[in-house]
Amino acid sequence: MSVLVYTENWDGKFKKLSYELVSYASSVAEMLNMKVIALTIGKADDDELRILGNYGAARIINLVSDRLTVLDNQAYAKVIADYAQKEGSKVIVFSNNMTGKALAPRLSVRLKAGIGSGVSKLPLNLDPFTVYKRAYSGNAFAHVIIRSDIKILTLAQNSFEIIEKPTGAVPETAGIDVDGIPVNTTVTETRKQTGKILLTDADIVVSGGRGMKSPDNWAPLVELASLLNGATACSRPVSDEGWRPHEEHTGQTGKIIAPNLYMAFGISGATQHLAGISSSRFIVAINSDKDAPIFKAAQYGIIGDAMKVLPKLVDAVKKKI
Amino acid sequence: MKILVCISNVPDTTTKIKFAEGNTSIDTSGIQWVINPWDELSLTRALELKDDALSGVKSVTVAHVGPAGSEPTIRKALAIGADDAVRVNYIAPDAYSVAAQLAEVIKKEGFDIVMCGIESSDFNGSAVGGMISEFLAIPSVSSVSGLKIEDGIPVLTREIDGGRESVKVPVPFVAVVQKGIAKEPRIASMRGIMTARTKPVRLYEPVAAESLTETARFEKPAPRAACKYIDPENPAQLIELLQNEAKVI
Repeated sequence: MSVLVYTENWDGKFKKLSYELVSYASSVAEMLNMKVIALTIGKADDDELRILGNYGAARIINLVSDRLTVLDNQAYAKVIADYAQKEGSKVIVFSNNMTGKALAPRLSVRLKAGIGSGVSKLPLNLDPFTVYKRAYSGNAFAHVIIRSDIKILTLAQNSFEIIEKPTGAVPETAGIDVDGIPVNTTVTETRKQTGKILLTDADIVVSGGRGMKSPDNWAPLVELASLLNGATACSRPVSDEGWRPHEEHTGQTGKIIAPNLYMAFGISGATQHLAGISSSRFIVAINSDKDAPIFKAAQYGIIGDAMKVLPKLVDAVKKKI
Repeated sequence: MKILVCISNVPDTTTKIKFAEGNTSIDTSGIQWVINPWDELSLTRALELKDDALSGVKSVTVAHVGPAGSEPTIRKALAIGADDAVRVNYIAPDAYSVAAQLAEVIKKEGFDIVMCGIESSDFNGSAVGGMISEFLAIPSVSSVSGLKIEDGIPVLTREIDGGRESVKVPVPFVAVVQKGIAKEPRIASMRGIMTARTKPVRLYEPVAAESLTETARFEKPAPRAACKYIDPENPAQLIELLQNEAKVI
């Protein structure tokens, strides 16, 4: 019996998210007195695979096939489910990111395994197996009991600390028996930005709302983000107006993020916006309206014009950091 | 080509959520129910495709799993422009049992493209669309932010980390849809509201379905500490606090 954690790789590499996942899976495995197997599909570098052993993976498996080079949900789900069955996995852990959301539900049906999606804590109880997850878009949390023999958990990003627990596991690379696996997904074009910190990966996010008044006023905000090594985001009206690209829209229907620090400039903090940021560790609000709801969610606030405060903050950061 | 849009009935997204006694369910008094925002965008895109004669989309159906009380939400979808609707008369305990019901409907009626929102704004499960596809053993594409039909072939835009890709899968398939699929949700016209009354809603009795999970109880998020205000003339103090108190920069 084991806990299986699916650690997606990005062009052969892992990132902080992967280490959080393995740390989480190891902690769940400890509760159940089981071992953790980390599984990735698609060729990953040996040195990269080895790092997963630092966080408690007892076995590190890299499955490789030249038929599975792009994400095909049906095929990937089958490969992972078959592997889980072979290894008698009782708990299967995914990230609650795009890939996890694509694969976990398919595995759920294949293995008749209930899903706890977007969990942000270790299971609250083992009997009955109870998990803690976000509900009502951040306005509540739910205790969900999973009754099935096999359980699938998808972990909310940036919700679990990385825990070092070196095992010295040696990565094992294996081919996939692709007979009978339908692969139906064809990717005809890929457009990808490189060299930019992804909003969903960033520890610090600097975000602007309608209070920024014009798309021409964004330069100091972008500068602040880059000085802090962070990513930029925006509220929905800003992306709807085309002031900033849609990828930056943070909120209920846009990206849901949980950085260590979220700085909101000229964002009033409508419920739908808060739904996308409420899991941030620290929220800073800069708004000229002292009654703006964003101040209820924030730990630090400045009542003032974002346009006037921003340059001063940029100067302060340049001096201090 | 036939499109099915699966719709969920959720509290309006500005609702202040309260729980009923025992915290095992929400207090539904005074709640305005709406089509789940991502489902509404899916429906909008499906109708845009149907409006385009070259797309080959002949009909747009909506399906919902829920009790008679959700009829107003189904009528709203019909008023927006869906041709007809299916309601499975079932109060589903979890995503697995919802997907099992919808899979049965799809098996019986047959659709080329099934669209599901990436999550519902109430349970945030992100599960039903993927589950339907596995019940039916058909392809699924997740994080879909665009759907076109070129020479009769559906082409999807899939969001990936730091970008997007164009993806093709054979029909029938499930598209799990997120922001970007349509710009603004379509609003019902007066004519739409009138004709919605006479559009058919086919009622299905549920098939035997298991559930795998149950919500034991809800709780409110822990209240945040009161906001500490910093003098707008001296923002350097904020940087100081973020460095030495919060220790986040």
